[in-house]
Amino acid sequence: MQKILVGLKRVVDYNVRVRVKSDGSGVETDGVKMSINPFDEIALEEALRIKESGQAAEVIVISVGTGDAQQQLRTGLAMGADRAILVESEGSVGSLGIARIFKSIIDRDSIDLVLLGKQAIDDDNSQTGQMLAAIWGRPQATFASQVEWNGDKAKVTREVDAGLEITEVDLPAVVTVDLRLNEPRYVKLPDIMKAKKKPLETIAMADLGVDPGPEIKELSFEPPAERERGVMVDDVAGLVAALKDKGLA
Amino acid sequence: MSKILIIAEHDGSILNSSTAKTVACAATIEGAEIDIAVLASTAGPVAAQAAELESVTRVLILERPENEQAIAAILAPQIAALAGGYSHIFGPSTTFGKDLMPHVAALLSVNQVSDIMAVESSHTFKRPIYAGSAVATVEAPGDSVVVGTVRIASYGAANGGNSAAIESADVSADLPSHTRILEVQSGVSDRPDLQTAAKVVAGGRALGSEEGFDLIYRLADKLAAGVGASRAAVDAGYVPNEMQIGQTGKIIAPDLYIAIGISGAIQHITGIKDAGTIVAINKDEEAPIFEIADIGLVSDLFNTLPELIEAL
Ligand SMILES: Cc1cc2nc3c(=O)[nH]c(=O)nc-3n(C[C@H](O)[C@H](O)[C@H](O)COP(=O)(O)OP(=O)(O)OC[C@H]3O[C@@H](n4cnc5c(N)ncnc54)[C@H](O)[C@@H]3O)c2cc1C
Ligand SMILES: Nc1ncnc2c1ncn2[C@@H]1O[C@H](COP(=O)(O)O)[C@@H](O)[C@H]1O
Repeated sequence: MQKILVGLKRVVDYNVRVRVKSDGSGVETDGVKMSINPFDEIALEEALRIKESGQAAEVIVISVGTGDAQQQLRTGLAMGADRAILVESEGSVGSLGIARIFKSIIDRDSIDLVLLGKQAIDDDNSQTGQMLAAIWGRPQATFASQVEWNGDKAKVTREVDAGLEITEVDLPAVVTVDLRLNEPRYVKLPDIMKAKKKPLETIAMADLGVDPGPEIKELSFEPPAERERGVMVDDVAGLVAALKDKGLA
Repeated sequence: MSKILIIAEHDGSILNSSTAKTVACAATIEGAEIDIAVLASTAGPVAAQAAELESVTRVLILERPENEQAIAAILAPQIAALAGGYSHIFGPSTTFGKDLMPHVAALLSVNQVSDIMAVESSHTFKRPIYAGSAVATVEAPGDSVVVGTVRIASYGAANGGNSAAIESADVSADLPSHTRILEVQSGVSDRPDLQTAAKVVAGGRALGSEEGFDLIYRLADKLAAGVGASRAAVDAGYVPNEMQIGQTGKIIAPDLYIAIGISGAIQHITGIKDAGTIVAINKDEEAPIFEIADIGLVSDLFNTLPELIEAL
């Protein structure tokens, strides 16, 4: 295997309590901490481990978004990626468009393996990897919690509702990763310095000539239905009484 | 009028309840005419169950040996070939549907509406984003097919009692051989299924060990409840992954949910918000879980649970 492509999406950090703007036009992102999508960090860690084990030559990180996504790509380079690609888009691009962009880079750079997160924690779409596999005509292994690379095949343990499923795929393939796959490394200061010298290529989305397809429009946003804070009981007897009261025990 | 195709989830013999919930969602679209597609190596038993669901017009059988297991790259081309004439194609937002439906959407050159929690009109839907911290109203384009997954915790199962027509569908599609399922490990238990149980008891990091989790099982047995866990408890190896509840685990809506030694992180809460009654037992009175609990008890679980198990 030669080249691994890893998607890094810039998202609101998972620790931030996201709030809907009072006019319902979106969620508050001003001054909010932004990070690499946590699943994508795990995808990158996996790619780096494959490379470190001598099974890949190059790890390339890619992000589609505004110029700000450079920060996340630089973090990816500091973690150990060899080079980065920023595909600069004006508005937000739907998953189909992202998958088509990835496909055009796969063709251009002869990518052998794509590692993505199983979902982006902002849109919670969970569809980009599956779409890419469809467009590329290559296998998909979603929700991976363990991966064994064996030359031209991979054995992937997938977390599914019923338990675990072990799937074998021929490479090239798309693998989307779950949280338990690995624990991403921390970046050290010298790595951040080194990352500044690594190549970061910027491409305008328009220059790729990719048709994003029909977009799903976001009309409005609202906070979720609130649950009221209930009653506190003092002891087990109080708890049992409260449950009996509701016919639940 | 909306012509809706629903992809059945099943294990070869039993129709998963997620399908009946997907039908319930589709039936809220005005003037919906609903077909269910059963892709299987032997579809008979599952098709018969699908035909019983209220609001279903036809059950279409796509039978071939390759459909023995649910591999997205094998099922999706057949579904795409069947798609002509349908305005909507829906599947459940379970790991089956999440794996399959985006593949179908891409073959049909559309984006997918993920996790539909409410239907506003034939092309307008509500769906949760940011781990349920916000609800977006989205509109799919009117001139292309709508491919969507249904957030099953938002819907009750469609009733039975119907007897829809069962027909064979003939589609031609080239199927790849690049993906093979080697093994399925499912923690078969005789406890109620987490996703359909009326009562669920869940434990968190505080249980401290696999043995500690025994208290949770004992309480669940007393209540005839299903058992779940926080991600921290799964990561620590106290329980297997299929028991995880939350943004990246299962989304559930039981009548009663009891969270024990779970702090109540947003990623966990999003999986239980639709529960009827939420009970929390935690020794920290500041734990965020109490903000949404209907009944809260501040106490040490190791003292409380034996007493509670005894009292029930
Ligand atoms: C992208 C992403 C996705 C995630 N998805 C999920 C998900 O799907 N599901 C999920 O659950 N988490 C998820 N998480 C993790 C989540 O953020 C929390 O870390 C996790 O839910 C914490 O689990 P916990 O409540 O068991 O542990 P903790 O947060 O450590 O809480 C333990 C609680 O136990 C209490 N306690 C300790 N000892 C006792 C005792 N003796 N008696 C009573 N109470 C006691 C403590 O007061 C504390 O409140 C996700 C995180 C990320 C970043
Ligand atoms: N704008 C983006 N830039 C880079 N990677 C992305 C982008 N959008 C999605 N991805 C990748 O696709 C995965 C799934 O995203 P989604 O389908 O939006 O839930 C993410 O975890 C990323 O790896």
